[in-house]
Amino acid sequence: MSMATEVLNNPLELRISDRLAKNFRRHFKERVIEFILMMAALSAVATTVGIVAILLYESAGFFAHVSIVDFLTDTQWTPLFEDAHYGILPLVMGTLVTSGIALMVAVPLGTIAAIYLSEFASHRVREICKPILELLVGVPTVVFGYFALLFVTPMLQKIFPELPGFNMLGPGIVMGIMIIPYISSMAEDAMRAVPMSMREGSYAMGATRFQTAVRVVAPAATSGIIAAYILGISRAVGETMVVAIAAGQQPTMTINPMEGAATITAYIVQVAMGDLPHGSIGYQSIFAAGLVLAFMTLFFNLLGHLARKKYREAY
Amino acid sequence: MTTQQPAVLKNLDEVRAMIRRHKLNDYIFSIIGLIALMVGLLTLLTLFVDLVMDGYPRFNQEFLSNFPSRRAGSAGLLTAWVGSLLVMTVTFVTAVPLGVAAGVYLEEYAPKNWFTDLIEINVSNLAGVPSIIYGLLALGLFVYILDLGQSILTAGLTLALLILPVVIVTTRESIRAIPVSIREGAYAVGATKWQVVSDHILHYSFGGILTGIIIGMARALGETAPVITIGALTFIAFLPPAPVMAEPPFLNFEWLQSGFTVLPIQMFNWLSRPDHAFHTNAAATGAIIIIVTLLMNGTAIWLRYRIRKNIKW
Repeated sequence: MSMATEVLNNPLELRISDRLAKNFRRHFKERVIEFILMMAALSAVATTVGIVAILLYESAGFFAHVSIVDFLTDTQWTPLFEDAHYGILPLVMGTLVTSGIALMVAVPLGTIAAIYLSEFASHRVREICKPILELLVGVPTVVFGYFALLFVTPMLQKIFPELPGFNMLGPGIVMGIMIIPYISSMAEDAMRAVPMSMREGSYAMGATRFQTAVRVVAPAATSGIIAAYILGISRAVGETMVVAIAAGQQPTMTINPMEGAATITAYIVQVAMGDLPHGSIGYQSIFAAGLVLAFMTLFFNLLGHLARKKYREAY
Repeated sequence: MTTQQPAVLKNLDEVRAMIRRHKLNDYIFSIIGLIALMVGLLTLLTLFVDLVMDGYPRFNQEFLSNFPSRRAGSAGLLTAWVGSLLVMTVTFVTAVPLGVAAGVYLEEYAPKNWFTDLIEINVSNLAGVPSIIYGLLALGLFVYILDLGQSILTAGLTLALLILPVVIVTTRESIRAIPVSIREGAYAVGATKWQVVSDHILHYSFGGILTGIIIGMARALGETAPVITIGALTFIAFLPPAPVMAEPPFLNFEWLQSGFTVLPIQMFNWLSRPDHAFHTNAAATGAIIIIVTLLMNGTAIWLRYRIRKNIKW
């Protein structure tokens, strides 16, 4: 500021060296800002590194006590009991069963909704329905947990009177409804990316909308649709509150959806609610469970990435 | 009528029947499609009505101004909503500058090389990490290694990391929509890169960034799992120290270290009790959470719609 006024008062005294000095300051400031911005971007990398490091570090403490073979083959998970067993299988089973039910609900409904929105719906219907689906994504999962425990399960009990209050069916169905918007919006994006000329070709041959959608557009968008399904699986596997509230928290080795069970996520919540001392085997066990969960979601995310790459058609 | 129809006409009838059949298929599918869409809409409606009806007896002023209690009828939400507000403040103050700065860097500054690719892959991967994993990170790192304790600060930072990908991605998207000519115009009159960013890019992308921030904050408000994992208490009968004081230095940061509870955790706590009277409290809390998050998300969607409609470069 002072230099600016100086220059205004004495324009003749503006020497080259002053201008260079100002230039240097300007450049220096730019560099500093760029550096700060880069540090902010690096926080994403730091988060990933932090997650991996913490999970591995605490799990290492866990696996110093428990052999990996036991961990992967024992069919009981009772780390907090006197007679402790550390078999992750019941938790994995609970996770897969609830996610499986969710997919059985979400895949058909999500796919049909996507085809309808992309190929059938008028502009107005689409403008109204898409925001509503987005709102559904924004509903907190704890609220869905309430819905599963106190609305869906009592309703199911009217159909199956012997269904216990905690079961995997109710939360599975609710989770399915919860991930419909994820699947439908991604699948719809994939179908709308199919070039118009392919539809026009199909219509020119006399095909109806339905034939065009199912035999031309959907096959051309396979990669995106499969990626949408896999994203849905990944969401269901990592979902916590719905199953923690409504599926019971008893690790059970079962594939019967009518029974209650614990998922990996529900177990972590259950232990964290209690007051376990830092460094105890129970404390470390939630990190080992978290590591398995992270591997499962990583696996599905990679699979989704590959699916998108492999089936991508060049138009 | 005629006993012997020419072969061509007979074929034509068959073709017409086939077309009718296919048209009918079209019609049937469009109805099925509408029904599939309705499942989502109806669920949202049922959920909302169910919560409001179940929680109706608790919609009064005491519910918002009472401390939690062992008796369901006099238990209130005071500590929970104050806790949510404070945690969200920490999240906002952390996630917004960090996320916007990262978005600006990736879009305007970053050179195209392996290092930038690495950051980008990280951001998109983080968006797919289950929220409870963030809770484990916070438990190990913030609570024990950095020794921040089970405090408001820890919870706010955890949720900030969780919504960071949302803020980064929306910032990038809205910056990308700004045409190059705007930047070229500014550079042509001698602006530096930071002047271009702060005077033009941030200005034009403000609306888009705002939608991302609102969606992220709505998510932070409703998130339960990571906050439970760091060990938020569920029964808190005290308020954190007030952040503002009457005498100098006016601001007080002790509240950052205070124990806390938040709305979704209070709801979860009431929901896990066998006593049905507490379920009414849970429903009322759920209704409040869902109204606030729907309002926030609705605002964001409306904002985005308006931006898309109004801006023509």
